[in-house]
Order: sequence, then C-alpha cells, then structure tokens
Amino acid sequence: MDDRRLMKGNEAFAEAAIVSGCRYYFGYPITPQNELTEYMSRELPGAGGSFVQAESELAAVSMAYGAAAAGGRVLISSSSPGIALMQEGLSFLCSVDIPLVVLNVSRGGPGVGGIQPGQADYFQATRGGGNGDYHIIVYAPASIQESIDLMGKAYDVAEHYRNPVMLLVDGMLGQMMEPVSMPSRDAYALPEDVSAMKPWAITGHDNRRERNVVKSLRLKPDELEEAVEKRGAKYAAAEQELASYEAVDIESAEVVFVAFGSTSRIVKDAIGLLRADGVRAGMIRPISLWPFPERAFEQVPASAKAVISVELSMGQLIQDVRLAVNGRFPVELIHRTGGMLLTPEEVAARTMDILEVK
Amino acid sequence: MNTLFEFTKGMKPDSTSYCPGCTHGIAHRLIMEALCERGDLGRAIGVAPIGCSIVSHNYMNVDMCESTHGRAPAIASGIKRVHPGNIVFTYQGDGDLASIGTGEIIHAAHRGEHITTFFINNAIYGMTGGQMAPTTFIGQKTTTTAEGRTEKANGKPLRMSEMIATVGGAAYVERVALNSPSGVRKAKKAVLRALDVQDRKEGFSFVEFLSTCPTNWGLDPVASIEWVNTDMIPYYPLGNFKGMEG
Repeated sequence: MDDRRLMKGNEAFAEAAIVSGCRYYFGYPITPQNELTEYMSRELPGAGGSFVQAESELAAVSMAYGAAAAGGRVLISSSSPGIALMQEGLSFLCSVDIPLVVLNVSRGGPGVGGIQPGQADYFQATRGGGNGDYHIIVYAPASIQESIDLMGKAYDVAEHYRNPVMLLVDGMLGQMMEPVSMPSRDAYALPEDVSAMKPWAITGHDNRRERNVVKSLRLKPDELEEAVEKRGAKYAAAEQELASYEAVDIESAEVVFVAFGSTSRIVKDAIGLLRADGVRAGMIRPISLWPFPERAFEQVPASAKAVISVELSMGQLIQDVRLAVNGRFPVELIHRTGGMLLTPEEVAARTMDILEVK
Repeated sequence: MNTLFEFTKGMKPDSTSYCPGCTHGIAHRLIMEALCERGDLGRAIGVAPIGCSIVSHNYMNVDMCESTHGRAPAIASGIKRVHPGNIVFTYQGDGDLASIGTGEIIHAAHRGEHITTFFINNAIYGMTGGQMAPTTFIGQKTTTTAEGRTEKANGKPLRMSEMIATVGGAAYVERVALNSPSGVRKAKKAVLRALDVQDRKEGFSFVEFLSTCPTNWGLDPVASIEWVNTDMIPYYPLGNFKGMEG
C-alpha cells in the first residue's frame, strides 16, 4: 500500500521532529517558516510535549538549551535573521556539549533582506556564526522526504556527538508541497528514564548521585584549552564519520556541478538539458555541509574541464569547493541571490558560456 | 548535648570565592537552607547567571547549569517544561537581570512560569569591575560614571520588584535586605514563601535581595551595610509587592 501523503515542507519538518521523539519546541514568528511553529503549537500539547512561543529568538534558543540540558529532545526553527540571533545560544550549547536540532528555513539577506528562498547562510551555518572554536553539524536536504529522513538522523547524531545539528533548507522547501512517507509517532519510543540515557542531564540529583553541573566558564586557560581540544577530537571524528554526498553522473563528465538543497534539483534538470546538447555533465551534491564531503572530489575525472558551484548566494559554497578541488580543476560560479532562483535553462546556458571560454 | 546550629547540607563545605563583606554567601545559604528544610535538594534545579555568582554552582548542592548573560529565566522555563514536578530557580545579579536580561525576566513573569528568581541587587556590575548598572544610584561613582550617575545621561535607577509586580503572571514579589540579623530572617521567610508559591503552581515568584558590594563601592563591609540602610532602602523600599494581599 502506498502510504504517501501530500504535505507542506514546514509541516512535514515539524511532524518529522515529533516522530523522532521531539516533545519540546520553542519558537518565534518569522517568515517563511511560520507553518512549522503553528503546527507545533497545535500538535505538541496533545503528544505529551510542550510548546512555548518565546519573546525572541534569543529566548527561544535559551529555552531550548534549558530543555535539552534537562534531557529533552528539542527542536528550534527560524529563518536567516532569526538564526543570526540564535548564534549566542548555539556557541554556548557547543561549549557545554548539549544536543539540539535546529532548522533554518533560509531566505535572502543580509539584514532583514527578503522572504524569498536563499542559500546565503552557508557561511553562518558552516563557519560558526557565534564566538569561539566550535562547529555545528549541518545537513542540507534536497526534498521534503529527505528532510524527514534526515530529521531522525539529526537527533541521533546530535545525541551521539552531544552537539547541535542544523538542517539547512531554504524557503522553497519550506513552502512547497510534496508526497511523503511519514513514520508513525510510535516509531521512536520515548525513554522512560532520561537519566539512564543521558547521565549528564540536570534532572535533580534525587539525593542518589553527585550533583550534575553544566558549565561553560573555564577561567583557567589550560583547562579551557583542554576542553576545546577534547571537543576538537570529537569534531575530527565527525569529519570522518558524517561527511555524506550524492554523486550524479560524474564518471566521464566534462563539467561537474556542485549544488546543495533545492538548487541541486534545478541543476539535475540542467544536466538533462546539457546532455541533449551533447555535453556530459555531472553533479556532486553535498548532503552534509559540515563536515564537507571533500572525498567526493577525488572522483572528479581528469576529463573535467571545470567544476562549477551553483548556489543562491554571491559565492559561499564555492570556497569549500575550491579547498576540496585544491587547484586540480578550474572552479567557476553560477549564482543568483536576493531570493531570485536559477532556471535549468539559465544554468545550461551559462555553463555553455563557461565551456566555450575554456 | 543539643545541636543548636548545623551547616546546611544544601551548601558544599567549601569556602566561597566571594569578596569579604559581600552578601552572596548569605543569600546562597538562605536559599539552600530553605530547599534543604523543605526536603527539595534532590528535586531542585538551579540556573547560575553571568556575573560573580556564575560560580554559585560550586557551592549550591543541587543540579545546576550556567546561563548566557541575562537568559536564565528563559533557560529555567525550558527546564521546567521537561521537569514540571521539580523546583526550578534562577539566581541573578542586577547587571544580568535588570539590564541585558530584562526581556527574559519580564516574559518569564508574563507567562506565569512556575519558577522562582532570586535577584541580587547591589546597584553595580561586580564581576566586570564596577560599572554602572540600571540599579545604580544618582550620584553613585562607578567605572563608567566616574563623576557619578546623572539622571540626564543615564536615567533613574530601575525598580525591578515594582515593575514585575505589575505583570499578570507574577504571583509573589518581595524585596528584602541582607543588612541585619532580622533582615536575614525576613529574607529566609520570603525565600520559603516563594518556593511555596512555585510548588503550588500559583505563578512566577521573585525575591529581590538588597545586597552589598564593598569592593566596587569602595567601602568596608560595615560601611557597606550602613549604605544599604541609609541609601538603598529609602529608594528600594522593603516589603511585599504581590502575593500577600489581604
């Protein structure tokens, strides 16, 4: 039986979090992700959870920290300028090794920018928008179904690494509808004893154990260095274990695109147009943005004349592409920004221009 | 032999790192004694602020976490959603609560969160070295008001208890002073009432402690207590602002 149903992206992200065991959501209104916040306000109380409309994104991420430090599975979501406000909390959560899942339904920037889809938060997500040595693990799903699948994985990864995990989607995925298979809410059994699963959680010591203290401050520089180095080892392991990507037709490609999220679907159509014109084109689609799947670029064949980063920003992803290519191929950029989208025809035409010059 | 006094199990037996004459130690002990007497040490969860008392978790014998600057009431709100049967409290100074954290404290009260906030008002930033706080007095010299705070440049000192008492979700608001043995006894009663209000799920509860900062005031401990009496209490009157009407 086909169990698929048609769902809007933002509502599917919310339900995916609930079926993954999320029972706590703290939100603040911002377009284009409001359907997610509204869905949680309707659904979480009946699911035995708690929804709070916070007074600001700063408060939302702080509430999320409290609930996650107390052992809950927590989701926060926002869009670009709101995610900017949450950076204080994300840096802090990394400093105390507390797991959290955060969703950015991104839009055009900088500043208030616009409300149409954008990918200009790539630096903010992958470079760390807050202070200090830390990383957020970032996944970039390309469809609503993949968002659902990655939501479950995000909670497991966040709790395994004890670190925030971000799903970076854009307003297009948030606002569109697609047929999806959604797991049932029984799929994840909520733990009966949070303390057994998360012995570090602040639950009240019940006079049975030494108290738990969640602390970020380390005034002695040698102790702070030791803590940051220890976290660095965790990030090194994450780089080995979590880098993921999809490779499309790159074996004998003369041009290899790199694109993530909804843009990768436009690029797939452009690849079809180019093939009809006799141009062998392929694509590397990073699924994890941090860690960046550098190893994928070992597969770029010697026949390639160019590696082209296709993105809805002035060129942010391209920096990781250049590092991964490391001078072996020319690296070019095809982009739109400000909430404007590329069409497959535009990508194909600009690719032909690039190839003619080569 | 009868035991007349015992050090509370609510405090770790270490000495604190606070300056001589600072009243953080008294406030810590009152709160921990109250939790201990109520049998709540095992189910209490505290949030430490940014400021001198970020290290309060070194001394308070309960589960605790540190906070980003001013966000403790939001963090406590999140904790309480996960553990609604626990006692959840924040401990915050006046830079933390009355300046950078005004949004979080007002809205925790506004939602009627079942948490308790213990507010240490010593009219100055302590940990960062004595800068003006919203609670600093007109004429008070600080490192950012070297000639004394002026109303023209900085406004008048902010009265937080009075403000929070106007918010619908606040169920209990009281200001006490750690200035004398009787003041300390009254403060302990206020702490116990605030915890009662939380336990009965009546709403948000708030206790403001007029406190000392001899180091940054440039006064010795005895003169500091005197300054609480002569300057602070006339502007920040003691008593109940909400929750004991009639």
